[in-house]
Formats: sequence, C-alpha cells, structure tokens
Amino acid sequence: MCLAVPGKITELRDESGVPMARVDFGGITRDACMAYLPEAGLGDYVLVHVGFAITKVDEEVAQQTLADLKELGELSELE
Amino acid sequence: MKYVDEFRNHSLAQKLVTEIRRTVTKPWVIMEVCGGQTHSIVKYGLDQLLPGEIELAHGPGCPVCVTSLELIDRAHALARRPDVIFCSFGDMLRVPGSAGDLFQIKAQGGDVRVVYSPLDCLKIARANPEKRVVFFAIGFETTAPANAMSVWQARAQGITNYSILVSHVTVPPAMIAVLDSPSNRVQAFLGAGHVCAVMGWEEYEPLAERFRVPIVVTGFEPLDLLEGVLMAARQLEQGRHEVENQYARAVAREGNQEAKRMIFRVFEPCDRAWRGIGVIPGSGYQLREEFAAYDAARLFDLGGIVSVEPENCISGLILQGAKKPSDCAAFGTLCTPETPLGATMVSAEGACAAYYNYGRHLVS
Repeated sequence: MCLAVPGKITELRDESGVPMARVDFGGITRDACMAYLPEAGLGDYVLVHVGFAITKVDEEVAQQTLADLKELGELSELE
Repeated sequence: MKYVDEFRNHSLAQKLVTEIRRTVTKPWVIMEVCGGQTHSIVKYGLDQLLPGEIELAHGPGCPVCVTSLELIDRAHALARRPDVIFCSFGDMLRVPGSAGDLFQIKAQGGDVRVVYSPLDCLKIARANPEKRVVFFAIGFETTAPANAMSVWQARAQGITNYSILVSHVTVPPAMIAVLDSPSNRVQAFLGAGHVCAVMGWEEYEPLAERFRVPIVVTGFEPLDLLEGVLMAARQLEQGRHEVENQYARAVAREGNQEAKRMIFRVFEPCDRAWRGIGVIPGSGYQLREEFAAYDAARLFDLGGIVSVEPENCISGLILQGAKKPSDCAAFGTLCTPETPLGATMVSAEGACAAYYNYGRHLVS
C-alpha cells in the first residue's frame, strides 16, 4: 500500500492552481501532484505514491550507500 | 529502472548476508513494520538467506489488512446506494466484508470505481453532479497527504458532492501496541521507509528510548532490507537502541514538512480499531470539525450494521508478529487468495498472501 516508485520529472505544469508533473517510470509516464515538493525540478527523481510526489531521491546519497556496500567486509577480509 | 535495479544487486546482497552472519552471535527477533517490506522479503526470499539467529517478524503495516470489518461493512453499504459513486484504491476491492466484497457489489450494479489518485475522485465528482462521490480513504501516513489534499481541493474548488470515509491509521502507536503486548518478542524494528519519507523519524526517538529498542528506517529493495537488518543486528549485538536511517536517499529526519502541514490542516488524531488487534489509542486520523461536510461517516446514516468476523482466522496474531502464516491450520487449505478468511490473505501486502503467492504453502 505504501508503495512509492522512483521516476524522473519530464514536464512541470499548473492545473487549476495545483502544480503537476509528468513523471517517467522507466518508460511508462504518469501524472503526479507536486504540491508537496515545490522545489523539485525537471530531471529530478522523485518517489511517487498514489499520484503524489512525496520525496526527492538524493543521487549523491544513493551512490554513497552503494559505494559503502561495495566496501563492506573488505577490511575484515584482509585480516 | 534507476534507483531500483542497483538496489537489487546480487553480489552486494551476498556481501550483506556474509556481514550479517559475521555480526550475529545470538538469536534476535526483528520486525519489519510495513507490508510492502514483508512482500519484498518473501518475494526475494531474504528471510531464508539470513542466518538462523535472525527471525523476521511481520508487522501490522498493511492498511488494507487492518481496516476494521465494521468500516468495510459501512463502505459496502455506501457502495450499494444508487445515489453513490464509490471510489477506492484497487487493493480494497477484494477485501471481504460480512457479506461479499466490492467486486460483487459492482457486479450487482453498484457504481464502484478504482482510482489511482484521490484527486481522480474530484474529476468524477465534477462530471457527475447528480451523484454523491465517496472515497474510501485508507492508508498510513504515506497516503494521508494525498487523501487530505483531495478534501482541501474539493473545498477550494467548491465541490459539494464529494466526501471520504476515513480509515487512516498511524505507525508509531501500532509499534507501541506491539511492544506493550505481554506476548511481545520483537527486539528491533525496521521502520517503514515511505511513512518516514512523509513524517521523518523524530517521533520514533522517544519510542526507541522508552522501550530500549533499535529502530532502523529502511527502504524496500533487497539491499535496503538486508542493510536494515545488518544495522539493527549491530545495534542489538552492541546493546544500543537508537533510531538510524538506512534509507537516507529518500528520507530526511524532519520528513516532508509541506505534506505534514496538510495532514494536520485536514485531519486530527483519534483512537482507531485495527482489524484483528482492537482499538489502539491515538492510532488514527479523522477529519477536523471544519471539514465535517466532507465526512461520509457524518453525512450518511450508517447505523445498524452488524459485523461478524470469520472464525478460524488468526490474522490478528499474524499482524502483531506473534504467529507466522504457516502456523495457521487454514493457511493454503481453507484459506487461499481465492477464498480468503481474513484480510492478511487478501491484500498483496498481507503476510499470508505473500507467503501463499511465493509458494511457502508448498514447503513444509
């Protein structure tokens, strides 16, 4: 139920006063309400839940997490 | 898909499992709160990759599962009314009430519509001014901002034929209920990542302190879940009880301030009955008085409905992590996704449905 899928903002527009975006989920595009992420811009990745963007995905942090996992256990493997 | 595929990497998953094995020295019970996490764990068999010392207990974080039978029966009564267009997320359609489900009501002529976003209901309301459009507003804190926005926008746009039947639930009081239970075995939590994307994790800090329980805010992909388990196991082994954030790419400590503001403009906390568990104090949201005109429970006379729970169903114990689906005599025999006895078998995120869909009933 709390499924939220990451997608890339490809278009931003105003729909009767409500900020909306077109979001690309790996080839499938859908509308998302941007009212809760007014700072998000074109090209940003956002998590979308029931048609609402709820958070931006932080690229730098994501890469750091993966880099940390790659290093995981390497020190103890040298022991 | 970006931010999905990388977090399903096989060799990094193996590394995490090795590190978890290296870390644990004694048995620990860790509960993943969210049904979406349960689904991922069972789908990828992550629980079977873990060392025997780590038991994952499946939590109550499935809103479809915990919506009370009484509210479902009320929803069905509304959906049967000829003057109502009843809108719902798809997950609720197959949930059995005391008599039948929303699919059957639709087949019998009820105007039941599945919506992707609650804002879709406003379009339906505008297009059908002679009808009363009711939305079944279920969900945790992740969904509350969207449902709140539909009411806020209905008022702003002067839409008067829209209302919501509120069944909102919140996570922290449910975690307290699990920890307060005399039969509790849970020693650490994987926090629900998307609930925290909205709410942040400040409200979990007093909980970690009070119950001396580690809480790791965790994402939904296999690497997220394994890393969440590793972080929780390290805390348990080191005797720490902190709130940590595994899902830092999507979750900030303060959450989404705009979304939180909208939740509390429209809703206020209330006591809520959880299916299979009972009333948990302060564990729900209801509409504020100023939005009474959008509250289906006040607009329609829904009294006189008697709800009867099916026998043979232990979903309450499963939702509290006290039992596993495979502990139930009816699992996979009397109770299947086609003939569900309880909501944990209906929702794709219910623990019973996850166990069934990924073949756990075939393994003794």
